[in-house]
Amino acid sequence: MKPVYIDAIGLAAPGLPSWTEALPVLTGDAVFKSEPLARYRPKLLPANERRRATNIIRLAFQAAEDAISANETLELSNISSVFASSGGDLDIIDNICRVFSGPDRAVSPTQFHNSVHNSAAGYWSIATGSQSPSSSLSACDHTFVAGLIEAMMFATIEATPTLLVVYDISAPAPLLEKIMKKKTFGAALLLSPVKTEFSCARMTLQLVSEARDESQAISTAFESMRNDNPAAKIIPLLECLARKVDSSLTFCSTGSQYIDVTVTQC
Amino acid sequence: MKHLQITDFTLTTALGGGLDVNFERLRLGKSGLHPCEFFDISDLRAWVGEVAGLDEVIIDKQLSAFDCRNNRLALQGLKQDGFIESVQQAISCYGAERVGVFIGTSTSGIHQTEKAYLSRESETAALPDWYQYETTQNTYSVAEFVRAYTGCDGVSAAISTACSSSAKVFASAYRAIHSGLCDAAIVGGVDSLCLTTLYGFNSLQLLSEELCRPSDITRNGISIGEAAGFALLQRSQKAGGVGMLGYGESSDAFHMSSPHPEGDGAFLAMQAALHSAGMTAEQVDYINLHGTATVANDFSEAMAVNRLFGNKTPCSSTKGWTGHTLGAAGIVEIVFSLMAIKHGFMPQSLNTQQIDPNIGINILMENHFQPVNRVLSNSFGFGGSNVSLVVGEIQ
Repeated sequence: MKPVYIDAIGLAAPGLPSWTEALPVLTGDAVFKSEPLARYRPKLLPANERRRATNIIRLAFQAAEDAISANETLELSNISSVFASSGGDLDIIDNICRVFSGPDRAVSPTQFHNSVHNSAAGYWSIATGSQSPSSSLSACDHTFVAGLIEAMMFATIEATPTLLVVYDISAPAPLLEKIMKKKTFGAALLLSPVKTEFSCARMTLQLVSEARDESQAISTAFESMRNDNPAAKIIPLLECLARKVDSSLTFCSTGSQYIDVTVTQC
Repeated sequence: MKHLQITDFTLTTALGGGLDVNFERLRLGKSGLHPCEFFDISDLRAWVGEVAGLDEVIIDKQLSAFDCRNNRLALQGLKQDGFIESVQQAISCYGAERVGVFIGTSTSGIHQTEKAYLSRESETAALPDWYQYETTQNTYSVAEFVRAYTGCDGVSAAISTACSSSAKVFASAYRAIHSGLCDAAIVGGVDSLCLTTLYGFNSLQLLSEELCRPSDITRNGISIGEAAGFALLQRSQKAGGVGMLGYGESSDAFHMSSPHPEGDGAFLAMQAALHSAGMTAEQVDYINLHGTATVANDFSEAMAVNRLFGNKTPCSSTKGWTGHTLGAAGIVEIVFSLMAIKHGFMPQSLNTQQIDPNIGINILMENHFQPVNRVLSNSFGFGGSNVSLVVGEIQ
């Protein structure tokens, strides 16, 4: 696959509410303090849609809007998007499944249309006015890798700037007891098929079949976070971008596959 | 674009398992829809396209953690038409790690979660021991099941863009093959009946109490169906055979559950599909419409088709046979499109009595037997996710 360039980075995680605020922690210059994310108010959404936006949509928007905030000249309507979430809107799944035990099984129409896995993508296209292609996917614990692959393919094959958003929320009880990954985490990367004045790193990706060790987070606090949310698998890449070091990273993919990601700073 | 060969395909719908029975029912004009008797539902008047025999399907011991209605339907579907044997051949030809898996689904195994919640004795009780989230409810469950069952070990993902999911998989597989990440790919879709979609579409007043009637003047909503379908895509080695000739994707940027009134997103997707196929509108012999039979969808889709194709190109929706199979609709209708090419056959708009005069396109009221070389198939989903695919004979 051809290389892509990373033009912007967004973050939305407990204790890491934005890329700029997370930078000193990711470089190891400041101590990480986990604090729950405040309820995010999406800036780009019209009032009606903002009112209806659920927690997972707000999480995706926090990461996505953070990524695009550094560059006011972006033509948002020309950007394709890939929204990668392992489980989708677990709050709504819980809510709707509870309704079926009640007497009248009255599912809320708004909850139902928000229940689709591509809800955040739909709201994003409304918010940005983008009619560009968009995909929404899952690969369970390997969702970050599947999203990265799809976004890099979009950028290179369709030759279009592409926003990757990876995000998963913590599940409500009783689903939480059945889900291994318990935390909330969201991040976004704006990828470009060509180097631009905003490019901070060049990235290549290769599939690997031989078993190898997955890259871990540099800091212990982030290593535990990395293991507690499918989207947080992106952390080693974020650390390397924050520290501005050239790196070769390995991530587990689906089946018995791995990917090697090589990052060169621009 | 460079064509991809579609070397093998299969489908299982309310019409039956496999290509032959599905084609026979298309030819005879016999719908697979019946009044809803699904699970414990007693308070919904609706027609559904239920696949028979799923309660008896047994998932082998080593994959038993995946056992749920959706993965049983996937297994039933994989076993038809020698599809697994074709996948085995691709694996021996390219290597397991070079065969990708891209499966579309909207609700995955949510019916398993519904049953787990219903089995609780109180609102605060834990979910039962038998319930396994990751292998049933998680969106990826069905793609991992297909991957593990067939032994493919290439790139894989579940694409979940509501009712366009299993058409989107063709675009993802195309990109993966042309990026050099794999040499072949299973694409497909599996979506099964569940309380969530039946009561959910009912809450939006989009569920018809009668048989769905695409493009009819009295149409008043969808009938929900379930289905599994799969196709094997390979890099085109030689001329001949059928293939994926073009694809186009777009977003509506309009509303979460209503299409753009003039079909702007649909228009862009169809235009992009023709462009990538290097074709003009006149070169399309038949259009398989998304045609859900809601008032809004059929009207906006017809507006878009008319803008691009005029009112001559033969069109129909096949949802009168299968119901709207949601995340599986894309693959079902691509397989119907491939059948249309193979048999020289254009299906009628089943259940349609009187065409809505506001639908200004050529809706087929009867089955037609005549040569069909190239078909455009539309799939549109909630969230404004649109895909159009062009399939046809490879010259």
